[in-house]
Amino acid sequence: MAEKTSFLKRPAVQTLLASVLCAILGIILGYIILCFMNAEHAGEGMSAILTNFFKYRIASTATLMKYMGSFLVKSVPVILCAEAILFAYKAGLFNIGAAGQYTVGIIASLYTSLALGWNWALCLIAAIVAGAVWGFLAGCFKALFNVNEVIAGIMLNWIGLYICNIILGGEKCMNQSKSETYEIKELNPAGLLPGFMQDFFGGNEYMTIAIPITIIIAIVILVVLNKTTFGYELKATGHNKEAAKYSGMNAKRNIILTLVISGAIAGMAAGLYYLTGIEHFKIASSVPSMGFNGIAVAFLGGLHPIGAIIAGLFVEYITLGGQYLNTNYYNPQVADLMISIIIYLCGFVLFFRTILNRPGKVKVNANAEPDDTAKKAEEKEV
Amino acid sequence: MLLLIQYTLIFSAVLILVALGGMFSERSGIINLGLEGIMVFGAMAGAMVMVLLPEDASRGTIICLTLLASAVAGMLSSLLIAVACINFKADQTLIGTALNMLATASATVIIKGFNTARSGGTDFSAKLDYVRGHNAFMFSIGKLQLSWFIVVAAVLLVVAIVFFYKTKLALRIRACGEHPQAADSVGINVYAMRYIGVLMSGFLGGLGGIIYICAANSTWHFDYGVAGAGFLALAVMIFGQWKPERIAWSAVLFALFRSLSNVYMGIGFLHALPISGTVYNMFPYIVSLIVLAFTSQNSRAPKAEGIPYDKGAR
Repeated sequence: MAEKTSFLKRPAVQTLLASVLCAILGIILGYIILCFMNAEHAGEGMSAILTNFFKYRIASTATLMKYMGSFLVKSVPVILCAEAILFAYKAGLFNIGAAGQYTVGIIASLYTSLALGWNWALCLIAAIVAGAVWGFLAGCFKALFNVNEVIAGIMLNWIGLYICNIILGGEKCMNQSKSETYEIKELNPAGLLPGFMQDFFGGNEYMTIAIPITIIIAIVILVVLNKTTFGYELKATGHNKEAAKYSGMNAKRNIILTLVISGAIAGMAAGLYYLTGIEHFKIASSVPSMGFNGIAVAFLGGLHPIGAIIAGLFVEYITLGGQYLNTNYYNPQVADLMISIIIYLCGFVLFFRTILNRPGKVKVNANAEPDDTAKKAEEKEV
Repeated sequence: MLLLIQYTLIFSAVLILVALGGMFSERSGIINLGLEGIMVFGAMAGAMVMVLLPEDASRGTIICLTLLASAVAGMLSSLLIAVACINFKADQTLIGTALNMLATASATVIIKGFNTARSGGTDFSAKLDYVRGHNAFMFSIGKLQLSWFIVVAAVLLVVAIVFFYKTKLALRIRACGEHPQAADSVGINVYAMRYIGVLMSGFLGGLGGIIYICAANSTWHFDYGVAGAGFLALAVMIFGQWKPERIAWSAVLFALFRSLSNVYMGIGFLHALPISGTVYNMFPYIVSLIVLAFTSQNSRAPKAEGIPYDKGAR
């Protein structure tokens, strides 16, 4: 018995438990929503979301692997955005501006590639620098002018979006007749990221070095946060700014540096995604949701760099699943709704963990779930 | 020029209401980043009522029912924040963000479902048409076209100022945002006060939502959400230093810039400038950033905002 409690008290186990619970509850609520919309086809709809691209296994392994490859490529930006957000969060900053940093990353990578015809490496660096600059701005507002980083980030998101519409909407980048940006493949083949294991993934042309880079970034963040003095300083500043200042750390510099790095990662997310050529930019009226989904992924992954990879794959899997829904009965936005419910539930992850950690009160565990379900009933009303 | 005044008035009405909502929530100690989501829910409920009311509904009925529906929807959605942040001590920033996403996603799903059902499967858009309801709110003084919304906002502003400075309840709410432990020690129920604060923000945010979508337009695409208006309101609130009368003034200032993007075409010298319309869209955000940079140095946010109240802590 004692052994079992200690197993439950391990932070990794708790985080995993809480996240899995969130995910399962989100799926159940998604099913209920499907029932509300069209009870007859709810089971079919849910299985379409969950089976996802695995339905191509019937066609052939190569087709399946090809779709799997596209799925991995599409997960890259959301995972990297999550890494950016969790990195800042560890330093006590809520980088809601990742969406804007991602947006300027799109501007930089596509403009340098399409309008200037740069090589892929330079385009990627441009995206990283652009994101870092946007992060730097947010950091300066926070550190020098005491503007809350959430507000500054949100304002910068919208400014970034409108700049993006102006720059990429121009004739150099955008095919005016289709109102989306040109193919990098046609205009500037050297601007595409080099391939990676394309044959293994059924000759998927979008499989690029973006995937290994994502994994490397996650590991680097893990090491920096846990094994270096710099990571320790960031976390200390996050815990208590005053105490960190007292013990000789430069809080202002750390704030700015954190947001610069966070922004650079978010910018890189955009670069790695758009430079594969899998998607074109269209004039948008709202900030790309990638940065916000990143928040979900970061929290669902238990604010752990490796957890974020797993959570990112899960969230992208659900989002992608929305496209497999039969549009006669449902619209694909149901998947977005499920994701947002899961994020909302993530708010309870920390609560769940504190309950598990309460000393000598194992009984409280059992109480955690009924409380959660009562909460759910509220949610349905709205 | 008349158009500019018209737009400024209506946007100030939106910003004043929503920013006051944010103020009451933050004064009670809960950061309400979900204002944007609350606005979407309020807007959706109000627009649905306008669409569903029968043809022969009188003007008064339309106005009252629409406002009521928006306010109630806003309050219900604010419960999502209240329960999570007050009872479950969830991360307030995260919950607010989640509510915003939840609002846009569910509004899209609900309106699409609603349109599909109503049109018998020919209309899949997330757009609502409410021309009749929109017209019911309009009235004119001379050449100036005004909306009942502006009157509602003005009345609520006065009520809020009186409430904020003259009542015991408001004093208690404010105490909970500054030092909840102290408030608790003199017998104030911190949880109840925070619920009141968040519910008030839901009420005002819901109204702000319907005004935002209905004032200038007679249709709305719900997949757009409310395009950052809730966050602008937060900036207004910070600029207004969490005080109702200052919020009113700053709302008018921000509304002026926001309106420019709608009406610059009609103003001769602005139209002549070689600037694309998108730049004007950026204006309110740039202005708020600069203004915040200059005013935040001495900003006095409620001390306990963002910190979940724990009865056991001292």
